Amino acid sequence: MNAHAHADEHFAGSNKLFISIWVWLVVLTLIEIFLAYRPMSIVIMLVILLGLSIIKAALIVAYFMHLKFERLSLILTLVPMLVVCILLLFAFFPDSFRSLGLRYQFKEAPPVAPAPIEEL
Amino acid sequence: MSTEARAEHFPAVDWEGGALPYRVGHRKLGMWLFIVSDSLTFSALLIGYSYLRASNVWPTPFPFYPSIVFASVMTFCLLSSSLTMVFGVSASSKGDKAKARKWILATIFFGAAFVVLHLIEWNHLIHQGMRPFYLPESWVQAFTTTNGVPPSPLFGATFFTITGLHMFHVATGVVYLAVVAARVKKLKHEDVEISGLYWHFVDLVWMFVFPLIYIMSVDIGGHLAGH
Repeated sequence: MNAHAHADEHFAGSNKLFISIWVWLVVLTLIEIFLAYRPMSIVIMLVILLGLSIIKAALIVAYFMHLKFERLSLILTLVPMLVVCILLLFAFFPDSFRSLGLRYQFKEAPPVAPAPIEEL
Repeated sequence: MSTEARAEHFPAVDWEGGALPYRVGHRKLGMWLFIVSDSLTFSALLIGYSYLRASNVWPTPFPFYPSIVFASVMTFCLLSSSLTMVFGVSASSKGDKAKARKWILATIFFGAAFVVLHLIEWNHLIHQGMRPFYLPESWVQAFTTTNGVPPSPLFGATFFTITGLHMFHVATGVVYLAVVAARVKKLKHEDVEISGLYWHFVDLVWMFVFPLIYIMSVDIGGHLAGH
């Protein structure tokens, strides 16, 4: 069965809509570059940058990649499992913070290697 | 149970066959599944990079010029290429293949510009002495902490791996789009749309690579200003 048999196969969305999405993407990028030069804690910066990136990704997927106009079943097949898999990867971060603590425990100077034990 | 009785019990649903459950063709579904798996590849790389970054003293060496200016112009190129691609797909859906080809050629132009600018930017960094497992001496001096811990030399490894894999995707996409542009009159609309999906995905990945690799590595404190 040919996909084109459906009447609703027409590529939805006007050029005006796509241009406005592009303008949003450019504006959000400019905000990111501006933020790079604002003094702020790295955690706040990371949260804002990732938030903006997720918005940009959602705009691209929804409008440019046309997913908003696809069937709900396709969206539900693709998106939730991807989100869950990516979130599962965050399980590694406690170990990352732990190894930072292990690596750089010393506050003053790096520890000096102990002198080799003389053989008896 | 006879077929007729079955039909009474179960109203016609997509899963009985003869219909497209997702209302997309098998090729388009295939591209979507590829995109999902490729997203996981990039997610794993970006999370691996974040893991290393959080567990090490990490250098933030990128100056406004050339690094951030180049990366911003590259971002603009990719965003614009997505817009021209969507115009191409839109023209193709209306059956205007000649117009679709022109827009796809514009997309190829922006994609190629991205690769060229990125290679120039890589060249700057390589000239400064950045290597996959080695930092330039000036960076090591500038970013060593007050208690003598040097910055991680893996900065280059993560940078070249992630941006390199992304650049490979862009280059592959340029070739793919060139084939689509050359054969656009023979191809079905859906095939043009599928090439668009791939191209937008490459743009989407950059929307994460740019802030995480470039914006988060800006030399805000001016550590390298004197070097």
